[in-house]
Amino acid sequence: MDWVGQYLFSSDMFGNDQVAGALLAGTVVAAVSAVLGYFVVLRGLSFIGHAVTDIGFTGGAGSALLGLNALWGLITFCVAAALGVGALGTRARERDVATGVILALALGIGAMFLYIDTRYVSAPFTLLFGSIFEVDTATTRAMVLIGIGCLAVLAVLYRPLLYSSLAPEAAEARGVPVRAISAVFLVCMAVAVAEAAQVVGVLLSTALLIGPPATASYLVVRPGLGIALAALIGVFETWLGIDLSYVSYNWPPGSKGWPVSFFITSLVLLCYILARLLRPAFRRRVAAAPARHRKA
Amino acid sequence: MLRLDRVALRLGGRPVLREVSIDLRAGEFVGLIGTNGAGKTTLLRVILGLLRPDSGTVEVLGRPLRRGNAAVGYVPQKQQLDPETPLRGRDLVALGIDGNRWGIPLPSARRRERVDEALRAVDALDYADAPVGRLSGGEQQRLLIAQALCAEPKILLLDEPLSNLDIRSANEVVRLVARIGRARHMGVLLVAHDMNPLLGSMDRVLYLAQGRSAIGPVDAVVRTEVLSRLYGYPVDVLHVRGRVLVVGGEVPAGEG
Repeated sequence: MDWVGQYLFSSDMFGNDQVAGALLAGTVVAAVSAVLGYFVVLRGLSFIGHAVTDIGFTGGAGSALLGLNALWGLITFCVAAALGVGALGTRARERDVATGVILALALGIGAMFLYIDTRYVSAPFTLLFGSIFEVDTATTRAMVLIGIGCLAVLAVLYRPLLYSSLAPEAAEARGVPVRAISAVFLVCMAVAVAEAAQVVGVLLSTALLIGPPATASYLVVRPGLGIALAALIGVFETWLGIDLSYVSYNWPPGSKGWPVSFFITSLVLLCYILARLLRPAFRRRVAAAPARHRKA
Repeated sequence: MLRLDRVALRLGGRPVLREVSIDLRAGEFVGLIGTNGAGKTTLLRVILGLLRPDSGTVEVLGRPLRRGNAAVGYVPQKQQLDPETPLRGRDLVALGIDGNRWGIPLPSARRRERVDEALRAVDALDYADAPVGRLSGGEQQRLLIAQALCAEPKILLLDEPLSNLDIRSANEVVRLVARIGRARHMGVLLVAHDMNPLLGSMDRVLYLAQGRSAIGPVDAVVRTEVLSRLYGYPVDVLHVRGRVLVVGGEVPAGEG
């Protein structure tokens, strides 16, 4: 069974400081992304989530050019983008068009920053596709703290956020500050995708945001359980991705590991497809209830 | 319970409500009838405290208007939920208890009881655990009513609960709302553009046209003279096979 240790799972990755840091940061990022993502999916904001990181890319590229930590540039630009998108209003069509135009511009500016910055050849790749193993200890610590902060804010918002996502008019009538909650939620989402960009890169950070909650929503229909399952799926996908990336040093062509983001996004897609395939059995089970009512 | 006196409101420079007066009593079922654009939804938003009238007074349970008043239950105009919404009917209903409070709710027997009671009141217990997005329009409508009932309101406002329902389901919802209103001694104001499903159940009609209102028994309000005065141009009220039709009740070109 030596090949398992060599090609699939190696327990000595836990002894490696870099991997331990990656696992810690990855766990927090995956959990935060999945919990926020649950509401992103519920509110139909997937495209906005993706646009926000694309705009964050400009911030990341800009801070790389200035020699600053990419995390802060990403967070600043993501938050600004989220607030900007929020200010564009609630009419989906108009908002989507404006967002699409702005994100294209942002990507263009980011590309220019990367072009001017000739110091690190690997910078564009890291920014676009992530490199969790290269995140330093101070950044990991910042990510964990910010992530926990995000979860705390979301715990406070939980009920009114759920209410305004499902029945906005009723929530507003009950005195829920619907617009303010939407703005705070967008900021939290921006922070979460900026953090996820450190793990899987700006292009793929929505995978951790949307994938696990979408997967969970095919399997359970309770809000608390759905959120917990989404977080669990996200963390599982991240850990397995980090593990596979670690052992892939032994995979062909050798001498070089495969990128974490490749494994994580593949696992996200795989789990999503599995959940969709499992759903028909689940659907038959729950379809019985309304039918019984109609007979009675 | 609910008293509006000569309420007027302009939105974007256009007078939406010109002169609306209502008094709604406990246990009374009033149908709020008007064509599209008559100001029905605006009027509900005034009663909910979401819009401030330019003139006139609004009193809820003898007190001036306040936003987020738990004594006023509101069933919004329904938009179909996404079929994939990963929630059960009872999760939607439970938000009516304390969805406006911060934090994560702790599961409790008392909460569950209150949700069950509201579900029972609207005959929705059978499908309370099914995914809410897969339920029919009428079933989702009942859940939204249950959600509003959870807060134990004294006044219940329903915005077009009958739209997109077939006649049978519409009649069922009307009978249900009338029954609950009487049992709980609640004042009910139900908005509809067609008064016919309400004819057998409502105590009085509140007719809204061109931002002006008339309230009273159907026979007293739905008359050619009264409605023509509201609309500001002649309309005819016809009685056909037990149904009431208002003919000419459209905004003529150039007005509105």
